Amino acid sequence: MVVASGLTEDQTDRIFGALADSTRRDILGRAIGHEQSISALARQYAMSFAAVQKHVTVLERATLVTKERRGREQIVHANRSTLGEAATLLDNYEQLWVQSAKRIADILANPKGEPT
Amino acid sequence: MTVITTIKDVENLTLTLVAQFDATPDRVWEVWEDPRKLEQWWGPPTFPATFTRHDFVVGGESRYFMTGPAGETPRGWWRIDAIDKPRRVDFANGLAGDDGEPAPGVEPMIGYVTFEAIDSDTRMTAVTHFIDAAQMQTMVDMGMQEGMTQAIGQIDALLSSASV
Repeated sequence: MVVASGLTEDQTDRIFGALADSTRRDILGRAIGHEQSISALARQYAMSFAAVQKHVTVLERATLVTKERRGREQIVHANRSTLGEAATLLDNYEQLWVQSAKRIADILANPKGEPT
Repeated sequence: MTVITTIKDVENLTLTLVAQFDATPDRVWEVWEDPRKLEQWWGPPTFPATFTRHDFVVGGESRYFMTGPAGETPRGWWRIDAIDKPRRVDFANGLAGDDGEPAPGVEPMIGYVTFEAIDSDTRMTAVTHFIDAAQMQTMVDMGMQEGMTQAIGQIDALLSSASV
């Protein structure tokens, strides 16, 4: 299937699945602000290092973040281009609705109901 | 002039559209309730919709198909979950199979639409919440084709005005 936004359905599902969890959204938000080590992230949440690492893996599979090993640390970077792709999908749906609203305005401006 | 604003919430898969129309709530309601009016605006212009059923009452259902540029006919359905004429309608909108009936296992998107009188205008707020990213993709793919058609139309217009 050719996908206009450049994402396959599987990728899209992984992205929105990854974003469906509030901890992962928070991790991503921090990574967008500044690169984060997993141990620094783990200190922010009332959960184990392993649990935080699991969330990062889900974000990584969705290509929302990349991981880089730096000495003993694993550094998490946000992948802005994937976030942009997800936003593009909603942008396109938005355009669809804006066009519909304009057509409703045309219908209301033309009370006899003749097709415009 | 109709003012249209939108709010996109990528994380929660929600699009909110607010449009103010120069008409009473009753008249704006009509473009939803009257299937012949609804067909004039529902879906992308290159995929004109035909509603074969439209029971605009609580628990009522609709069936429609769209006709695409290549003759394809994607089918869809609505289910009205709540109605308060002419103030609010909540509905589910899903994809249907070739028989026109709801496709099994495909979650519908959920729409909440409110109509509010402001002086002699009506403010319509339409919230669409997607449950399933794949379905948003399907809608967007059709919308993209429309966007391309429009872009081509604009190029044509530019070319014809340049040659005058």
